[in-house]
Parts: sequence; structure tokens; C-alpha cells
Amino acid sequence: MATEILMPALSPTMEEGTLAKWLVKEGDSVKSGDIMAEIETDKATMEFEAVDEGTIGKILIEEGTEGVKVNTAIAVLLEEGESADDIESVATPESAPEDEAPAPKKSAPAEAKAPEAPKADTSPDWPEGTEMETKTVREALNAAMAEEMRDDPTVFIMGEEVAEYQGAYKITQNLLEEFGGKRVIDTPITEHGFAGIGVGAAFGGLRPIVEFMTWNFGMQAIDQIINSAAKTLYMSGGQMGCPIVFRGPNGAAARVGAQHSQDYAAWYAQIPGLRVVQPYSAACAKGLLKQAIRDPNPVIFLENEILYGRSFEVPKLDDFTIPFGKAKIWREGSDVTIVSFGIGMTYALEAADKLAEDGVSAEVIDLRTLRPLDYDTVIASVMKTNRCVTVEEGWPVASIGNHISATLMERAFDYLDAPVINCTGKDVPMPYAANLEKLALTSVDEVLDAVRQVTYR
Amino acid sequence: MAARKSTKKPNVSADELKTFYRDMLLIRRFEEKAGQLYGMGLIGGFCHLYIGQEAVVVGLEAAAEDGDKRITTYRDHGHMLACGMDPKGVMAELTGREGGYSRGKGGSMHMFSKEKHFYGGHGIVGANVPLGAGLAFADKYNENGRVTFTYFGDGAANQGQVYETFNMAALWDLPVIFVIENNQYAMGTSQKRSTSSPDIYTRGEAFGIPGEAVDGMDVLAVKEAGEKAVAHCRSGKGPYILEIKTYRYRGHSMSDPAKYRTREEVQKMRDEKDAIEHVRDLLLSGSHASEDDLKAIDKEIKEIVNASAEFAKDSPVPAAEELWTDIYADTAPQNA
Repeated sequence: MATEILMPALSPTMEEGTLAKWLVKEGDSVKSGDIMAEIETDKATMEFEAVDEGTIGKILIEEGTEGVKVNTAIAVLLEEGESADDIESVATPESAPEDEAPAPKKSAPAEAKAPEAPKADTSPDWPEGTEMETKTVREALNAAMAEEMRDDPTVFIMGEEVAEYQGAYKITQNLLEEFGGKRVIDTPITEHGFAGIGVGAAFGGLRPIVEFMTWNFGMQAIDQIINSAAKTLYMSGGQMGCPIVFRGPNGAAARVGAQHSQDYAAWYAQIPGLRVVQPYSAACAKGLLKQAIRDPNPVIFLENEILYGRSFEVPKLDDFTIPFGKAKIWREGSDVTIVSFGIGMTYALEAADKLAEDGVSAEVIDLRTLRPLDYDTVIASVMKTNRCVTVEEGWPVASIGNHISATLMERAFDYLDAPVINCTGKDVPMPYAANLEKLALTSVDEVLDAVRQVTYR
Repeated sequence: MAARKSTKKPNVSADELKTFYRDMLLIRRFEEKAGQLYGMGLIGGFCHLYIGQEAVVVGLEAAAEDGDKRITTYRDHGHMLACGMDPKGVMAELTGREGGYSRGKGGSMHMFSKEKHFYGGHGIVGANVPLGAGLAFADKYNENGRVTFTYFGDGAANQGQVYETFNMAALWDLPVIFVIENNQYAMGTSQKRSTSSPDIYTRGEAFGIPGEAVDGMDVLAVKEAGEKAVAHCRSGKGPYILEIKTYRYRGHSMSDPAKYRTREEVQKMRDEKDAIEHVRDLLLSGSHASEDDLKAIDKEIKEIVNASAEFAKDSPVPAAEELWTDIYADTAPQNA
């Protein structure tokens, strides 16, 4: 059957073009790969090759014609044994279907939900009456990894100085001795490379923990984290999961300057496909890291150097995890909701103590995970207190606090008696001088000021 | 057409030669059809055709065993067909339909098959190289004797993470074959203008990784080199580099006017070096197949490719609900 040769789309955006020149004439035979014509698109002049074998039966569009729409028949190709008389029998060409997919029904995260009031999940993280012990965040993280490595032989850890040096911040202490060099692996200083190897190992069925000496160095690897780890499940239609934990200290430490003092919470929280965890206490650090190692998705685990040495009560349990997306209410209150996470909790809790002395009852919520984020606990609290202050050390523009504010405006506007205030780090690179560094971070005083503003006191 | 004669007597059976011919022809006809569907607006976005490079993947697949893995960059249709993925599923992914390997959510550059151990399909140049080493890391960890073919181009060979990976792969003796498909142009930049030394295969020397250059227009030479590399990796000696000199006949992507090289240069490669014509010549001159035998193969391939195109046109577009699935690997909330 004679086939029509159609005006091709020669770029992702081309809708029409100029048929600049025919390089074949009627009666010429062509085969796959022969150049038949030159076509000018919006960007360039392109050569147009034959795909099928045959004879040019008729040229339908003369050379020099401008504005030829894509998929217009420009010539007719005859197969072996056909003549130009067969041209009438040309089949109607098919064209691309209209995009008929209707708008998805599922709502975006911040969109208004069903009218029932959100409720906080206030179930305890461990059973009442569980025996407790005092542990530092460092010990809790170390125990979480050791326990998971004992349970699952596919879990291994790699990173700079994690093995023989026992960890730059001693989070991996004694792991080499217990699990050996096969599972506790010192890498060269090559974040981009070993993050990619970790992701590949996760595709290959292992459960890697990749330690960045700090998340500042993890920025070298951000392409592998976002483009390879976070997106592949989606791009593969669900075939290729990536169970991996990227962890290390995040945010400002003390006097280490601009390049070593950045909070990545808001950066990673923006990425669909990632889980983002930023624990405050030792118990949360342990339960959430164990959960992260078991999670089938890539998890960004943001620790904090200053918190490593802080002690907290941790449940004495053989096995204990904390689910993602469940905030913790550290302190109940009725006058204002203070929302924070990670080291921001130190400002939030200290401010709440001081506010209590002044007779202001603050409810303090620790988000714990930023993706998924426990919107319900925050909204339920604000519906009660009608006022909200957020606290974080990261930069102010497009911060987690901004996102909470926007969500409250959309989902609890009628309950707000004052604008939400975001206490954040200042919009500057971190300075070195001790006094300036202090000014660059948020502070308990800033939180107190913010609470006074929203409570009009 | 004056096909180039093989320089030595090939140590290959008639059946194997026919398989090479068939597999390479499938890729070429499939890609020509994909180009046609692109022209009709049925395929959108980026579409990088493999035409001209067929001997690379077909030769290396002949050296692979069941369970070996492969991963590549964005010019990936040939790799998928060569490792046995269904042309229908590949073409339907190109048209963005439900029947595609990624159910229309990946496109030309992002397809995967766990069953065939094909790990993509990656759009960021060079980023698949550490991923490939990571797959090999997992195989070594699991002590399963598998090797991973990690394909990338002469352009990707200039990315820093490639050398980070070379270092660790050599340090840890990972069973990975780095296959540099040198088609001489990184998009529109010739190797001469982008690469300080002409021999990319020597770039492993600093890390102690052996490498060799291979004629990528000769499927038998590719297979032989592949077998050598596989034996090296499987015996626990660590990585191996194959720089396979090949040539792409079409533009970098569909919208490439290809002004960086002459029409004569492309035509000369087609006339004198074409990998499919080479095998065709071996089959006919060695009396391993008749013209009719080859015509029968041509016909079979044409039917497979046409069926894949029909499937890709008829398969429905993904349901709107697909927008919100496969973001996370469990049933937990799929959003923030």
C-alpha cells in the first residue's frame, strides 16, 4: 500500500516548518537512511531521512513552501510493484492523540481536606512503664545502627572515617570491630562518587547507610541523592526502589564558618521521593534511625553536632521504632503553639519554660520528620491556641516555617488570631566571629518576642 | 554496498552470526520506527537514537551470562532490546502510554527491567557510572559472581564522578566493566575538541585498571573483547575498561541539525563500516545464509517493529491517578 510521507516534527517544540529543499524527485527510489529533504524548523535546518524503502510516487508540497504544519502529507512513497495510480488508496495518517487525561482528583498536600477537624496522634512512642536509661544522642545513633546491622545482613555503612578512625564524630564507634571491614567501609574523600555507589548498591538489593562527615559535604552528592535516589522509583513505574539512608551532622556547629554551617532541612524537604528526618532527642534519634534503615525509600537523616553530646532518657527496649510523619508534643499548652524540629527544639523548649514563668502556656511541637510532615498535629494545636510561632536555624527564605505558615493559612485561617511568625537563622552566610555567629542564628529571645507579638502581650 | 571484510576468519557459528544480524537489525528498524513516530508527534521530548552503534550492545550481550547487570545513560533503546526487553513495552514507553515499561512515567531516557537486570536509562551524563559500580558492589557483597556492564559515552568520560568511581572500583576490586561507547561526538562537540588525550581507554591506568580499544563496528571484535573483560571481572581481578569506537548515524537527539560534521563523513561510515552490512556480508560470503534467509529475517523484524508501534499507539494513556503513585515504595502517604 502506498504510504504518505508526513511533515515531521524535528524538535520537541516544532509545530510547523519550511520545506526548504527536496533532495529526491518523483520516480527516485529511496531506502532507509537516505536524505530526502531539508526542512527548516524554528531552530535550524534539518535533514529529513527516509525510513521505509520505496519509490517517490508523488511530491505533494513544493520546495520553498513555508508554514507546513507537522503531520501534513508532503509526498507519497510507493512500495515495490506499485504505481502512481495507487496513490488514491493512501491511508489516513494517524496523529498524536489529544492529551485527554483529566485533572487528577488527588489533592496536593496543602489543599483543603475533608471538613472533619484534624486530630493529633498522641499515642505514646513506647509503652507506659517502660524502663528508661540515660543516653547521649551519639550513643543512641550508634546503638540504632548496630541493632539494625545485627538484624539485617544487607545493611552496611560507608563514608569517610567511619571504620578505622571510628567516625569523625564517633557515631560509628566500635562498628568496625563488631561487623568487620566488609560492612563498615572507609571511603576516599569522594562524596559524589560514594553516594552514587551507595544508590547503585541499593538498586542492587542492599540497604546502605551513607554517612556524610557533614551535610555540607553532601552537597557534592546532591545530584545522586535527588536525581538517582529520589526519582528512580517513580521513573521506573514502581520497579526500582532505593532503600538507603544518607546521614550526618547538619546545620551550624560552633565557629566553623560559612561553608560548614548550613541547614539543609528545607532543601531536602522539597523533594518528592525522599523522607526527611531531623531528630532532637536521643530517643527520637534512635527510634527514627532504626525506622529509616528499615524504610524502603531514600531517607535524609539530619543530625546535629551540638546535640550529639546531649543526654536524654531512652527506653530500654530490644526493639523500638518511631513511625515517620508523627510529630511529638513535648509540652501541652493553650496560649500559643511553637513548632520546631532538631536543634530548634532547644530554643522552643527554653522559651516555653520562660513563658510559663510569665503565665503564658505554650504548646511545643517537635515535627521530627519534615517529609512526611504531621500537618494534623500542628493544625489541631493551632485550632486550640489560635497562635503559632515556628523555630528553626535554617535560612528564612522558603523555610520550613514558611511552609507551615502557608499551610495554616490555607487550612486553619479562621482559627488564627495573629499572623504566624517564623523564627529562623538570618539571611547571611554564617560568620566566624563568635558574636556574629550568635546573631546569625535564632535565639530564645527572638522566640519570646515572637510569642509576645502573636499573643499581643 | 561495499561492506568491509573482516580482517581475520571469524570464530563464530552460522547460527550466532544470524542472531547477531537479527538482533542488530531489530535495533536499527526499531529506532527508525521511533524516529518516524517522533516525526508524527507520537513521541515527545528527547529521543536519542542508537542507529549505527548496534554492534556495541549486541556484541557485549553475547559475552554476558544470565544474571549479569547492565546500566547506561540516555541513548538506551538499543541496550534494552539487546538484553531481551519487549519491543512493545519499550515503544509504548516512548509514546508515554500505560503499556510502557515505566507505565508512561519515565520516557525514552528512563526505563528499567528488574527481570532483565536492566538498571536504566539515566538522563544525567556520567551519573550512571557510580550507580553501575554500586550494582557491582552489591554483587561482590552478595558473592554471586555477577558482573555489571556500565555503559557511558566519550562525553561522560570527562565527568569527575567517573574518576571517583574508577578509583573506588579499583580499590575495592568491583566486578564492573566500564564500557565507553565512543561515537566521537559529545552532542555536537567532537572528541578532539573536548578530550585532552585521544585514547580514553588509557584513563584507567592511573588507577591500575586495564583497558583496551575495540572496533565497535565489528560485532565479533566487540564480543571477543567483552569475553576477555568478563573473564577478568568474574575472576575477582576488579574492573576493566573497554573503549568501543563506534559511530552514530543520526543526530544527538531528534532536534540536532548535525552541522558539526559533514554529510560525507556520515555517509562514508555507513558505506564502509556499517556493522549490519558487515555481518550480512559474512553470512552471504560464507554461504551461511541465502538472500532469501536474510529476507525472511528482515520480514520478521519488520513485523515485530510494526507490532510494537501498533501496540504503542493503541495502549491507553496512563490514568490520571498514576500521577500520585510510585513516589514512595510503600503505602505510606505519597506526598509531603
